[in-house]
Amino acid sequence: MSTLDKSMALTGQPPKSLSKGQKLATLWGMAGLGILLLASFNINFPNKGLWLSLALLSIFGGTFWFSKEAYGQKHKGIKNDGVWFKSISSAGLFGWLAGIALTGFYIVLYFFPAYLGLSSKGDNTGVIALFDPLSKMLSGNPASQWFVYGTLYTVAILAFGVKFIWKYRHNRYEVLRTISVMFFQAAFAFLIPEIMARLNGKIPYYDLKNMWPLNYYNFERYRINGFIDAGDVGMAMLLFGILTIFVISPILTFKYGKRWYCSWVCGCGGLAETAGDSFRQLSDKKVSAWKVERWVVHSVVVFVTLMTTAVIYSYLGNDTSKYWLTKTTFLVGVTAILTLVFGWVMLFKRQELQKDAQYGAIGYFVIIMALIGLHYFSGDGNIFLFKSESLRKSYGFLIGSIFSGVIGTGFYPLLGNRVWCRFGCPMAAILGFQQRLFSRFRITTNGGQCISCGNCSTYCEMGIDVRAYAQKGENIVRSSCVGCGICSAVCPRGVLKLENGPLKGRIDSNQVLLGNDVDLMDLVNQK
Amino acid sequence: MENIVIIGNGIAGVSAARHIRKLSDKRIIMVSAETDYFFSRTALMYVYMGHMKFDHIQPYENWFWQKNRIELVRGYVTKVNHEEKKLLLDNSRTIGYDKLIIATGSKPNKFGWPGQDLHGVQGMYSKQDLDLLEVHAPNKELCKRAVIVGGGLIGIELAEMLRSRDIPVTFLVRESSFWNGVLPEGESQMINEHILEHHIDLKLGTNLVEIIPDENGKAKAVTTDKGETIECDVVGLTAGVSPNVDFLKDSGIELGRGVKVNRHLETNIQDIYAIGDCAEQHEAIGNRRPIEAVWYTGRMMGETVAHTICGNKLEYKPGHWFNSAKFLDIEYQTYGWVFADGPAKKDYEQHFHWRHALEKVCITVAYHRETRQFLGINTFGIRMRHEIFDRWLTEGRSVDHVMEHLGDANFDPEFYSHYETEIVSKYNSEMGANIKPKKKSWARIFQTT
Repeated sequence: MSTLDKSMALTGQPPKSLSKGQKLATLWGMAGLGILLLASFNINFPNKGLWLSLALLSIFGGTFWFSKEAYGQKHKGIKNDGVWFKSISSAGLFGWLAGIALTGFYIVLYFFPAYLGLSSKGDNTGVIALFDPLSKMLSGNPASQWFVYGTLYTVAILAFGVKFIWKYRHNRYEVLRTISVMFFQAAFAFLIPEIMARLNGKIPYYDLKNMWPLNYYNFERYRINGFIDAGDVGMAMLLFGILTIFVISPILTFKYGKRWYCSWVCGCGGLAETAGDSFRQLSDKKVSAWKVERWVVHSVVVFVTLMTTAVIYSYLGNDTSKYWLTKTTFLVGVTAILTLVFGWVMLFKRQELQKDAQYGAIGYFVIIMALIGLHYFSGDGNIFLFKSESLRKSYGFLIGSIFSGVIGTGFYPLLGNRVWCRFGCPMAAILGFQQRLFSRFRITTNGGQCISCGNCSTYCEMGIDVRAYAQKGENIVRSSCVGCGICSAVCPRGVLKLENGPLKGRIDSNQVLLGNDVDLMDLVNQK
Repeated sequence: MENIVIIGNGIAGVSAARHIRKLSDKRIIMVSAETDYFFSRTALMYVYMGHMKFDHIQPYENWFWQKNRIELVRGYVTKVNHEEKKLLLDNSRTIGYDKLIIATGSKPNKFGWPGQDLHGVQGMYSKQDLDLLEVHAPNKELCKRAVIVGGGLIGIELAEMLRSRDIPVTFLVRESSFWNGVLPEGESQMINEHILEHHIDLKLGTNLVEIIPDENGKAKAVTTDKGETIECDVVGLTAGVSPNVDFLKDSGIELGRGVKVNRHLETNIQDIYAIGDCAEQHEAIGNRRPIEAVWYTGRMMGETVAHTICGNKLEYKPGHWFNSAKFLDIEYQTYGWVFADGPAKKDYEQHFHWRHALEKVCITVAYHRETRQFLGINTFGIRMRHEIFDRWLTEGRSVDHVMEHLGDANFDPEFYSHYETEIVSKYNSEMGANIKPKKKSWARIFQTT
């Protein structure tokens, strides 16, 4: 290949070498992680509050110092020197080690929380016990593995958020976007639910910015009961949960594209954009990867729709006199909504879909309708051939745990930072569907200025081959685009701009500027 | 079936091939000695800097060529025999053609400096130059200093490349200020400052005299006309490029500095065309130079010649001039014509210049002294909308109109600071005008005339 790697040294030459300050900063941050690791090996720290603070502060401080060393002295501008030389950011040895460590962490977290010290009887031990003081301070309850995870997740977004802001300090879009995800993580995902739990113990844990189907469990029986038991506040939250997906998100996506959520609000997106920023270039840009992506992510949407329908159906009653929403009304309602969406797309937007997307849509629609029909006419207790409980469990295991956690985050250093968002997230797929067909958002290509350099495609975390559009003078209108704005930032020629404009002219390409200055009328007449 | 052979797989040749395939079913053969597949030459620098791997700068996946039935041949064309319509490859194989497109691009200029062919002396143009630089300047231990000769776009890119690996760089620029044959005074001055900010040892008004070899025939120092001797391990020759047409010397194809072509990109020989950097127009088009070594013009010529070959004879009409570049951290765009002081600048061309007090941001607007017609704009650190300026140039708008509607043309990312108010207020005070900048309007941006 082009880059002749003659040196086998781990540290290496600039730009991949670390400064002395960066090495010390790494040591400091690692020391913080070390405390957590020791705790998980059941070293019983005496003053837990102090040691926990020390650990978290070291992780934050180490990252902060590292970023200052990396970007502080340099001029503002694009900082991608040596990205493909560094082992950590080019899926080299360190990349693999980090991937294995992260994957291992998620497996323990999801499936073996006892190893972290979770105890159902008696006091927590291990690393979870270390987090007890913080948890008691916030919610009054002892910590769980999810509290530990939530805290670390928040620290990661805040610390690496600072790093990201430093790196892109010349770009106000990036700075504001990052402050936004840092805020939503710290406030909505972390603090508010804990405080709500303290104020009203009956409210189910609810991260208000997290909407169905990302929180696929939102309409499960225990949560619905929880909302109802919590009184007006709970009902308001339940209502909000329904409004977010059916009203609020379509409006915002129409106005701004799905970026308002995926790269400004969402927690998964927040981690990907901050801690995952060093891995964005690892996403696969091949056309074949795009094909796989479309089938997989839309299959997840179908799966989550079926699963949620089955779950809600299972606990609804049959008696209209007790409650207006019965099994039958619900099923008819779901059928109606799906038919409306399907019909609208097929009638008005068909020409914007590729052939395989049309086949996929028709195929899945027929399957869902057949399943609903099968059930309706058979009157069987099991909806969709499977028990709702087994559907729920397998979705939680396959998608909720394995896909979004173990693969989605664990594989950051190998497949890029948006593996989950791209291949797995049903929320992203639904918003993307709106973005593609019904939104003002687009990435505008600036006439003929593209030089096909490939920075945009390389640094697209969603694996969009941005250049393929830009070099043709075409705007980029892709359902998967999360609007992170990095393609526009890394473009050396000022070709790309994320903007919300009129629907007319959104997808057009500008062949006239790109090529020869032909007589427009001639061209029209030829066609 | 007609057999089209294209020599060169750069942007011009590839654009021609793609458009011929779009328009016809002809057999297309593309010959290149440089690489197997098309890559973006302008992006070579990013491979050395570690922003991308070489794979990333190839705009099409490898299956693209077979799928579109564009046959790729790796070889160096040593001879063109137009009487028999045959090419000789590497002095051994022959390929026949019905129509031939010459798209061989450029080669770095060498002006007969003593020592210019030593080991360690190179240009920065081809894939081979990139590989060579990895050998000559892999790191700051093996390359203790590099000297770059020639202050143009490639020179400053090479400096940026080497600085990314912390290699000390001395930059010899013949002119009294960086690229001031092209850039007006204020802009050139700002880039000088920026070069120094990046710890590049910029030596203005300095010429290379000689490159001194060590005992192994490798460059070890250069001397300048200021009497200085600068020790170095690498010498980058970036004093412009010229058409890569030596192999055509005795072919009967008319050559000037490049391959002479008419407005249909036809050479003096039937069925032979030339496009891209290697083509030289008999008569310059408008203010353009007869040879244009620019990515965009290569792309346009490729498209034009494809139409001509497929039976829709088109003139090469490149429209309004535009270009762009990046000087270290500063992006540059230009639309229309803004000339530096010199022979190209017409008497009537007047400039308005604005520079930000702190940031490295500036613009220069050129207009006609009498008619006040807008002629062109250079922007540094502000992105502008190509479509809008193209329209304004076509409509022959006045400089006042441009100032008033500058907001429509801004293409910076969302939430960026806008400078229109500042720019226009300086314009007003200099011109004694009273223009109020209008807010951006989608209706105007998307208007169709």
